[in-house]
Amino acid sequence: MELKNARWLGYERKNGKKGIRNRVLVIYTVKCSEFVARQIVDRIAGADVELVGFDGCTDNQYAVNLLISLIRHPNVGAVLTVGLGCEYVQPERLARIAKEEGKEADWLFIQEEGGTRRSVEKGISSVRKMQEAIKSARRVEMGFSDLVIGAECGGSDYTSGLAGNVAVGRFYDFLFDWGGTAIFEEIVEAIGLENFLVSRGASEAARNEIQYTYRKALEYCKSVRQYSVSPGNFAGGLSTIEEKSMGAVIKSGSRPIEGVLKVAQTAKKPGLWLLDSTPDPYWMQFGITNPNDNEGLMDLISCGAHLVFLVTGRGNVVGSAVSPCIKITGNHQTYLHMEEDMDFDASSVLMGECSQEELALSLAALVKRTAEGTLTKSEALFHREFFIPYKYQEKQAAVIKSCRKTAQEE
Amino acid sequence: MFAFQIHTDDNVATALEPIKPGRVLIRGEKLKDEETAIEEIPAGHKISLSTIQPGDDIIKYGVVIGKATKVIQEGSWVHLHNIRSVYDERSSHLDTVTGVPKDTRYE
Repeated sequence: MELKNARWLGYERKNGKKGIRNRVLVIYTVKCSEFVARQIVDRIAGADVELVGFDGCTDNQYAVNLLISLIRHPNVGAVLTVGLGCEYVQPERLARIAKEEGKEADWLFIQEEGGTRRSVEKGISSVRKMQEAIKSARRVEMGFSDLVIGAECGGSDYTSGLAGNVAVGRFYDFLFDWGGTAIFEEIVEAIGLENFLVSRGASEAARNEIQYTYRKALEYCKSVRQYSVSPGNFAGGLSTIEEKSMGAVIKSGSRPIEGVLKVAQTAKKPGLWLLDSTPDPYWMQFGITNPNDNEGLMDLISCGAHLVFLVTGRGNVVGSAVSPCIKITGNHQTYLHMEEDMDFDASSVLMGECSQEELALSLAALVKRTAEGTLTKSEALFHREFFIPYKYQEKQAAVIKSCRKTAQEE
Repeated sequence: MFAFQIHTDDNVATALEPIKPGRVLIRGEKLKDEETAIEEIPAGHKISLSTIQPGDDIIKYGVVIGKATKVIQEGSWVHLHNIRSVYDERSSHLDTVTGVPKDTRYE
């Protein structure tokens, strides 16, 4: 069968979404309860049970939204929240949302249970019950049009912009044409490309959102005097921020951009979306835009990505909680040197062995196998990284209010 | 020796290995099969596919990635010493080989 019409079995969720995994999420709601939550996960040691959490005691709307988005994520079938008992973030409220989503859910306070051992025992028995219960989750057919995929790059070298990100971009064009949803991020790594990005907006509203988001990122870069380009990049052959930006943005492919998503916001319709992970202007400049690769992956997953691409030149080993991570490199040496961690070798296009289109189709075949249940390299090695920081963001993308334009229209 | 051209509109290609003066075969979305390098070019760096005048656009991915600051002869190494960013003024003042800043004092 042609790839575009491929079908496989997913997990049916109450909100109408379909998952490609059926995971149990154990969530700690403050650093003080992390150890107990981690013990529960480690002692069960199941590939389908994993840990996420927020370290802060004082709550943060951005972080709470992100936790809720993971609870609602279609790859998650059950949720256990573990709190200490006196923190701001409320484990019971989170468990209630999971129940409303038709998922198995439980919660506990360590102070009420009476310490480490009792809490760990209770958590383990709760997770075991939920593991049994979600075995009977309804399976349902799905295909590329049901998929949401996110992409980011890290540890780039010159092959990233020539092969790795190009493979993703060409695949994104296919995913778009097949009715799926593609998300790309790192607007701070698109500096110098305002006109190029804005002109790709699918509507007036989208062009406005993209322009606002771009200008916000530019202000952010100016204020921190950092353009996401480093001496190592220049030594490696990149000459300008525009060149580096284009090497990153090429992974968005060539289709129109539907609009801008904020962290923890899901796309209203399929197509290509830009994710804005930059903090919004706020009284204490809350947060750093992209502290590390796992934060970027978590942002994409919070927008509903069933699986995520991480494109690297120098190599990376990370995976992610909630959604499988496919690691792609355009550097053949890196692939050979770290084969146990790298999922996809995009270097064949540089060797002249295949076209960009053939490369993208072989990536599509890997996406299908992963969606069918085949573990990625990082999943098989039990990588389940996550990162949820304090940050401030408005709930929706803003647009530039232009008085002059209004005057012209009048 | 090989270089990779990413878009047919590009006036630069990326060296896939260290290049010495001489014949370079072009791969990718190319308009010609080869170029003659007139100087050494490190792997991952760019070679010009035509002669570029000061102020002209440097095109890669089919988009402008910078402007020439001097005449760039066909087959030359294209980098910080002969192009500049339209946005990030600081980058054309970095060391050409190492990329290390020269405007920060260590004292």
